[in-house]
Amino acid sequence: MSSIQNISLSGSKKQVSNKEMTFLERLYLIAIVKGLWITIKHFFSKKATIHYPEQVREFSPVYRGRHMLKRDEQGRENCTACGLCALSCPAEAITMKAAERKPDEKHLYREEKYAEIYEINMLRCIFCGLCEEACPKDAIYLTISKELVPAQYDREDFIFGKDKLVMPLEMAIANTKNLN
Amino acid sequence: MDSSTAFIVEKSVIIVVVFAVTMIMAMYSTWAERKVAAYLQDRVGPNRAGWGGLLQPLADGMKLFAKEEFEPDTKNRFLFFVGPAIAMSAALMTSAVIPWGDKLHIFGKDVILQATDTDSALLYIFAVVSIGVYGIMIGGWASNNKFSLMGAVRAASQMVSYEIAMGLSMIALLMMTGTLSLKEISVQQHGLHWNVFYQPLSFLIFLICAFAETNRTPFDLAECESELIGGYHTEYSSMKMGFYLFAEYANMFISSTIISVLFFGGYNYPGMSWVVENWGVNLGNIIGMGALFAKLCFFIFFFMWIRWTIPRFRYDQLMNLGWKILIPLSIANIIITGIINLRGEILTYFGF
Repeated sequence: MSSIQNISLSGSKKQVSNKEMTFLERLYLIAIVKGLWITIKHFFSKKATIHYPEQVREFSPVYRGRHMLKRDEQGRENCTACGLCALSCPAEAITMKAAERKPDEKHLYREEKYAEIYEINMLRCIFCGLCEEACPKDAIYLTISKELVPAQYDREDFIFGKDKLVMPLEMAIANTKNLN
Repeated sequence: MDSSTAFIVEKSVIIVVVFAVTMIMAMYSTWAERKVAAYLQDRVGPNRAGWGGLLQPLADGMKLFAKEEFEPDTKNRFLFFVGPAIAMSAALMTSAVIPWGDKLHIFGKDVILQATDTDSALLYIFAVVSIGVYGIMIGGWASNNKFSLMGAVRAASQMVSYEIAMGLSMIALLMMTGTLSLKEISVQQHGLHWNVFYQPLSFLIFLICAFAETNRTPFDLAECESELIGGYHTEYSSMKMGFYLFAEYANMFISSTIISVLFFGGYNYPGMSWVVENWGVNLGNIIGMGALFAKLCFFIFFFMWIRWTIPRFRYDQLMNLGWKILIPLSIANIIITGIINLRGEILTYFGF
């Protein structure tokens, strides 16, 4: 049975050698030439840089961008303010206030209850996408938008309300047209 | 136009051209340094200002001129200003004795492509290079800052130590060439009779000392960021700091030129005499200048290549290398060269 010192579970264990260096090794010239060889190989290798404005890195298929509150094919908001997204949010970034739909608002909201206020604190949000998974009404989605949160001067400006989150009407109209 | 006026005009033109070339080379060395560093690290480096970032040095210069000029609360205000001036002038003065080519035949007369051809060119270079240390020392002293002073002390002791080894390595070469004039040293290396093949050890010592003299990695202890912030130029800002950085690159250019002239044949290239005979003096020498520039550009590249390959020496290692290895080695080199030079006499003495 081998002793504990010789066991290598990872298979990458190396024995340290403390032997005296020979004269050639002590000159270091060979080591320097070897080093120069390594660096010059990198000189001609392919560069890792992506020239940003001209080239854009390919996004991952599971990329999660800025949130959007969806409208259905008739342009009505899906959200019913059930609060499951707020409950699932690990960063506690989401808050909302429910309200009852008036009879003359049927074209605006799909169900009788809707979110009067819906706010996401973008400074807290970690873009994990759990709100999207929790939502039973297909209402909140993380889009593929490249612009996540633009810079602002005040902290309050990072709390995005319905004006920034709900899908724009033009987009809903375009979507409906594409369906038909 | 009498001959003395013509002489003054001719020399002035050469001096201005050499000055301009030195400045441009130093300027574009900063660009090359960033490019080479980037390429050795799998990046692409500056590429926004102009094609391939070629206008980057101009942008850097403009930025440095526009920066606030800060002065520390120092009693030696005069010296604080003199420091970068000395560093810069010492770096630029060296190029006066370098033969950029043999001669050109313009306007019916031979123009020697050298500002001055003195008999003691090599001594002149050593003298001017030694002045460079004053720029660093005075700047570090006048900054009234312990980091600057420490950097300056390191730079001064390092340059003084390595100048000895450098001078001794030169003596072996001089024993072979028998002259101090760079012009004659260049002429002696016609064709492929380059000194590097006859004095490889001398070349190696000179190369290592050149790295130390220019304060380049692996001997850049004078400005090692991790220990001394910026070293001797910590307190400098605006173009005064630009001058120090510029002086370093000018020094690098001059060192590369001296290495090319002393050991790699200067403006000589294989077949130069054939080209001069068949294609004319002018073309032959223009190609010669091109050859010299190719050689010195390679050495500038080598300086940068080494910088991104070898880590910085520790201070005691630096001193060990200088005093205990390079100086004995160059003395041994002198003895070996002497024995080879006098081999005939020695053999006769022992009766062969």
